[in-house]
Amino acid sequence: MSQTIVKIGMGSCGIAAGARPVEAKLRTLLEGHPEIEIRKVGCIGLCFQEPLVEVEVDGKSTMYGHVTEESVEDIVKKHVLGGNRLDQALVLDSDGSGMENPRMDKQVRIVLRNCGIIDPEKIDEYIEREGYDALKKVVSSMTSEQVYTEVLDSGLRGRGGAGFPTGLKWKFANLSKGDEKYVVCNADEGDPGAFMDRSVLEGDPHAIIEGMAICGYAIGASHGIIYCRAEYPLAIKNLNIAIEQAKERGFLGEDIMGSGFSFDLKIKEGAGAFVCGEETALIASIEGKRGMPRPRPPFPAQSGVFGKPTNINNVETYANVAWIIRNGSKEFSKYGIGKSRGTKVFALAGKIAKGGLVEVPMGMPIREVIYDIGGGIPDDKEFKAVQMGGPSGGCIPKELLDTPVDYESINATGAIMGSGGMVVMDEDTCMIDVARFFLSFVQNESCGKCPFCRIGTKRMLEILDRITKGEGKESDIDLLLELCHQIKDGSLCGLGQTAPNPVLTTIKYFKDEYMAHIVDHRCPATVCPSLIHYIIDPEKCIGCTKCAKNCPVDAISGEIKKPHVIDDSICIRCGKCKVSCPVGAISVE
Amino acid sequence: MSSTTTVSSNELTQRLDPIVQRYQGKKGITIPLLADIQKEYGYVAEEAVTYVSRKMDISASEMFGVATFYAMFRLQPEGKYVIRICRGTACHVQGSASVAEEVARHLGIEEGETTEDGIFTLQHVACLGCCSLAPVMMVGDNVHGLLTPPKSIEILEDYRKKG
Ligand SMILES: Cc1cc2nc3c(=O)[nH]c(=O)nc-3n(C[C@H](O)[C@H](O)[C@H](O)COP(=O)(O)O)c2cc1C
Ligand code: SF4
Ligand code: SF4
Ligand code: SF4
Ligand code: FES
Repeated sequence: MSQTIVKIGMGSCGIAAGARPVEAKLRTLLEGHPEIEIRKVGCIGLCFQEPLVEVEVDGKSTMYGHVTEESVEDIVKKHVLGGNRLDQALVLDSDGSGMENPRMDKQVRIVLRNCGIIDPEKIDEYIEREGYDALKKVVSSMTSEQVYTEVLDSGLRGRGGAGFPTGLKWKFANLSKGDEKYVVCNADEGDPGAFMDRSVLEGDPHAIIEGMAICGYAIGASHGIIYCRAEYPLAIKNLNIAIEQAKERGFLGEDIMGSGFSFDLKIKEGAGAFVCGEETALIASIEGKRGMPRPRPPFPAQSGVFGKPTNINNVETYANVAWIIRNGSKEFSKYGIGKSRGTKVFALAGKIAKGGLVEVPMGMPIREVIYDIGGGIPDDKEFKAVQMGGPSGGCIPKELLDTPVDYESINATGAIMGSGGMVVMDEDTCMIDVARFFLSFVQNESCGKCPFCRIGTKRMLEILDRITKGEGKESDIDLLLELCHQIKDGSLCGLGQTAPNPVLTTIKYFKDEYMAHIVDHRCPATVCPSLIHYIIDPEKCIGCTKCAKNCPVDAISGEIKKPHVIDDSICIRCGKCKVSCPVGAISVE
Repeated sequence: MSSTTTVSSNELTQRLDPIVQRYQGKKGITIPLLADIQKEYGYVAEEAVTYVSRKMDISASEMFGVATFYAMFRLQPEGKYVIRICRGTACHVQGSASVAEEVARHLGIEEGETTEDGIFTLQHVACLGCCSLAPVMMVGDNVHGLLTPPKSIEILEDYRKKG
């Protein structure tokens, strides 16, 4: 008998795009067909095509995009039950003919090996894909030293931002003396614009559990803690289910697979503070205190959670581990360039045609990631910059699009790899506004301990505010630069030390835009509200009154069938009139 | 908060002793303890904190210190639906500021406030991890993506109708 599986992407991005009603409809349509399996899977990364439904018949699979309650009926009738593949909205096809196939083929999937493929709530599906084989291998045939050496040899570096060699970190924690040790997973994912950790936690939670257990074995720890942000309720739910199942099967708990090694795992919900992603603050938060960073040394490897030796890694870092153990360090280090080995997952968002998650070998040029995989900029707009590394990172301009994505090359631009968020910006983005956005972010999130971080960023924000209002002075640029250096030097933790980066890179690469605001009182991207005006062209206006009806503050007046006018002193620059005008009579200057 | 300060100590005992028992003698529990109080009362009620801190070996000032540090805790009761508008980078460049403005104008409240009918509380958050569908907001546990100002109002009105 032939076997048919229908998969539906139910990561939180899929749900946000409308997967729930599609799933409900699918279940109703297939009610009388118990032989057909419906599988809820995580996010495969093609977020821009969601909701996604994949039909797999005897191993041959076809994926459909932008599925609606209506189109799922067609898919079920014609393909699932009728055996005829549909041609429209064909995203991926196992014979290679889907429109996104070329994009997927450019990727190498190590971290995302199971995302969007298995049901995260079913441990058997993980096991079927060689899940827990690495843990078995480690506890039955390797010494702790062999494990961390293998990870060290692979060249894996921390994917949470700084890029410290993971094997070395494990070695330090292993050599640290203590009866009790902790393995912590940093799943706080604080960088706005990055969502790879969320996808892995939701879509393949066992990969994190397995990676952490292997780390526990390598450093001699018997306790694990996943610190996950509370804004990710689905990730927390799936992790809880996975932990329970792993315990039942004996992959967690006492005497794992009869090896004498014991490892338990708990989840701590983060409580919504960006600074808690910093390791010492995270430790304080786990201990129930305010998440304030403290000076290092002592490093967590010597004194971490409750004063015990602790190893902290990022979600993506742990997700690589089981694969490395299973396939060997050589296989992993085959990918990459220089001191950056393996792959990196990037979260493509912003002004990009095909937003979502991609995993590519280190060293691929940014241009290839954005254009060949991400589909370039939508609406025929011009690329302006890509922001990498979140609040600690910077904006990379067009001239540097050929920079390879590896730690050293990205650092050389003034941005950082960070956790892998790539927010693409086009000609409609104002770089001063972006710099201001990041500063107000760190200003909000500073824990307040260091005067430079607390007050210095406030001063910078005031200056940038002034510039966006057209009240900037030429000397402001030097003042900003001076403050940048003082804040970098005078801050205790990474938050303050890196807070100036978005300002430094925008000044470095987009100085002309600063000058346009300061000297000409003009915002070239027409974003800054104080520097723009909405204008109705009396020649084009047909007097339909649509704009006046849509204006929330009644700034538009005019008689029917006569040209309308905007009162600039009342207008709040919401742009509603411009989108509502049927003849394109409204422009912004 | 003054209207709730008249609760009898008997009621405090009933509602809070199970929570106290759960954490007695354990370390590093301030955050889950506060979370449980918040679950019980809908917010971190002052008299509950005072009561619990007396029963356990934690000072009230330490508990308030933690409660005010994290965005998750509220010192005031919250509306039926909490709206979390994403103000992350991807959402920002895709126009979340105008979504946030429109929602605030429509509901007649500022960020952090609750509507008079107690239905909506408005919050801004740093990133919901659905950046590819920016701009995004969460209402309760549901994420809504690809928003425009009018679409966000429509969605909120659907919630209001549901009551
Ligand atoms: C302000 C600040 C926020 C951070 N946020 C995160 C985060 O959300 N997730 C993360 O993995 N690392 C974050 N980091 C980096 C961690 O402190 C730490 O370096 C990392 O978790 C180590 O894991 P790795 O070696 O696997 O990269 C942050 C650092 C700073 C200074
Ligand atoms: S640099 Fe900023 S966030 Fe870090 S400890 Fe100092 S004040 Fe707190
Ligand atoms: S931009 Fe907004 S406020 Fe200004 S005239 Fe147009 S609709 Fe009215
Ligand atoms: S919507 Fe356009 S055409 Fe209609 S009144 Fe306004 S400006 Fe004129
Ligand atoms: S920036 Fe809004 S969801 Fe990430």
